[in-house]
Amino acid sequence: MTDTAQVAGIVGRGNEAGARLFREWFQQLSAAAEEGRGAAYVFVMGSLAELLRVFDFPIVFPEINSLQAAVRRVAHEYLNEAENYGYSPDICGYVKADVAVQLRGGTHPMGKIPKPALAVATNACNTYIKWGEIWERMYGIPLFTLDVPGSRGAGLASPPGSADFEQDRRYVEAQLRELITLCERVSGRPFDIDRLREHMGHANTLSAGWRRVLELNRSRPAVFNALSDGTIYLGVANGFRGAPEGAAFFRDLVEEMTYKAEHGIGTAIAEQWRLLFVGVPCYPIFRRFSELFTDWGGVFVHSTYLWFASGGANLGFTYDLTRPLESLAEGVLLGVRDAMDSMFFQTPALAEMIDTHRADGVVYHPIKSCRTVSTGLADTRRALMALRDVPSLFVESDMMDRRVVSEAQMKNRIDAFFEGLATRRHQGAAAAL
Amino acid sequence: MAYAAGVDVGSTQTKAVIIDEARRIVGRALAETGANVMRAAETTFQAALHAGDLSEEAVEFVVGTGYGRYKVTFGNAQVTEISCHARGAALLFPNTRTVLDMGGQDTKAIRVSSTGEVVDFCMNDKCAAGTGRFLGAAAVALDLPLAELGPTALRGERAVKISTTCTVFAESEVLSWLGKGKKIEDILLGVHESIAGRSIGLLRRVGVEPEVTFTGGVTKNRAMVEILNRRLGVVVNVSEESHFLGALGAALFALDRIHAGRAPQGARESA
Repeated sequence: MTDTAQVAGIVGRGNEAGARLFREWFQQLSAAAEEGRGAAYVFVMGSLAELLRVFDFPIVFPEINSLQAAVRRVAHEYLNEAENYGYSPDICGYVKADVAVQLRGGTHPMGKIPKPALAVATNACNTYIKWGEIWERMYGIPLFTLDVPGSRGAGLASPPGSADFEQDRRYVEAQLRELITLCERVSGRPFDIDRLREHMGHANTLSAGWRRVLELNRSRPAVFNALSDGTIYLGVANGFRGAPEGAAFFRDLVEEMTYKAEHGIGTAIAEQWRLLFVGVPCYPIFRRFSELFTDWGGVFVHSTYLWFASGGANLGFTYDLTRPLESLAEGVLLGVRDAMDSMFFQTPALAEMIDTHRADGVVYHPIKSCRTVSTGLADTRRALMALRDVPSLFVESDMMDRRVVSEAQMKNRIDAFFEGLATRRHQGAAAAL
Repeated sequence: MAYAAGVDVGSTQTKAVIIDEARRIVGRALAETGANVMRAAETTFQAALHAGDLSEEAVEFVVGTGYGRYKVTFGNAQVTEISCHARGAALLFPNTRTVLDMGGQDTKAIRVSSTGEVVDFCMNDKCAAGTGRFLGAAAVALDLPLAELGPTALRGERAVKISTTCTVFAESEVLSWLGKGKKIEDILLGVHESIAGRSIGLLRRVGVEPEVTFTGGVTKNRAMVEILNRRLGVVVNVSEESHFLGALGAALFALDRIHAGRAPQGARESA
């Protein structure tokens, strides 16, 4: 195969396959809704999809449904409907968009969303639990809340093998056994540990691939844009966790990104600036938001979003299939704890990202909807700037609500940030002469 | 002699400054922006040329800045007003380390390096409270010309507490204080204190390091200058040119381009 043929066959296929998988996923959800099948409603920070697939639940990620409504520029219709129903403008936009989907009987821009048969939430986000309670009240379905102990200090203060970790792991495992009993009752299907092994095996492939893809973006030029391309890959990592399609996607994606890294192939633009992104993307103007950076040659080489919203897949944790339940508990504990660390102990990890990914700047994007990920960003920004002499930008908006997205103001700040980066590089070059 | 120009198209007013190679201001002009942004940019630039007794051909490079910078259609490049205010402030007051720019619809706190480059900045977000627009709302409510606001506020003795964070609601809050029999002077003093408080909040986010240079249209308001001096505990730099520092900074970027033979430097050529 010639280089040209390889480029034609390999480069870009991840984005195409990701879009196709998403369409197919929503088609399957629509079919499930038409058949009246009850779904498992889950969240990205600890979905337990590999376990829920054993019971053949259609898997619904309401967070992904909501952001898809924003990307398709109709979020305001859903937000207005929920606000007209009585929800405050200050409540998380993801929640309100989902409430409107439920009020509309599952109607969504990408198809029809099946009703829940049960919901599973971790404590990684305080809103998850209150959100699940809405479905409890609407449908009388059970909400299973998995309580995952967080880190006791920055980083892994209780590493695997320690007495504290083993205690936490047993606590999570006991809850997983309760969840299995609940799933058997709701689905009417018996638990099959061999099927669990099979889905965990697919999750292993997916996690290893995701970790490798993130590592490959240390290449210069970066092989993908963490804000735009990365969000597509992240969606697959969540929506297809534990599924053979997800495993195959990430096997192919590793191949694509390895090929790009080896051949010096970057993103669609000439890379001038390597950036880190902290927070959740601005979905109401998703493409334009990305262009505000790429117009200047800015490429996001990493993002905390790809970390905390991947359910721990970023760690590349490999389940031990010889002791599935014990290992599942260990993986869930590590993954969810890592997601929480990304909010509460992010500074050392960001400093490391700056080094490993050779970042020129850091963009903080606090959002009105989510105090969990946004509160404290001003402090962590200061802390990071004290550790690394790298410029940063603080630009606020929302991940759902167009009413608080002011593109002109945003552009002004972003342009000024790049002007500062350019001046800094110019002065650095002059000083080196 | 080469001349460079900066045109700062703000939400309320448009400013143009022309400088010579020695960075001296040779012409400047100011006009209301109005609804036709392109025309405001053109007429203000022409007025600055006229003030400097220069022809258009004499100006080698024009940089547009402000929210309407891309509407400076005759301009050669655009630079944000954040960079421009920092640059202009550093020329006029070389020891500037912090800039507070209070304009018609936004207020910026900018920390600058010893060479006038932007180190960090912070702006009011999606709300005009704490900007010149807030003063405008008070002027409307009290039926006073803008120029009278500062002198009237300076006669105030007991500032009322303006608690709203919304410019629109500020007008009704002012009216409610009038209804309670408060003196106009005390109400206006409260309005100024409120705006100063929000601006100082922005300054604290980037860090207040002397010298502090105050720029933008509100610099003409003596009450605001005095309140900032008192609350910051420093004497802020203000001059007759303070209103024009964004345009001056843009002109300095334009001069850079002339000196660099139009090579890309601190800002790009176009959007």
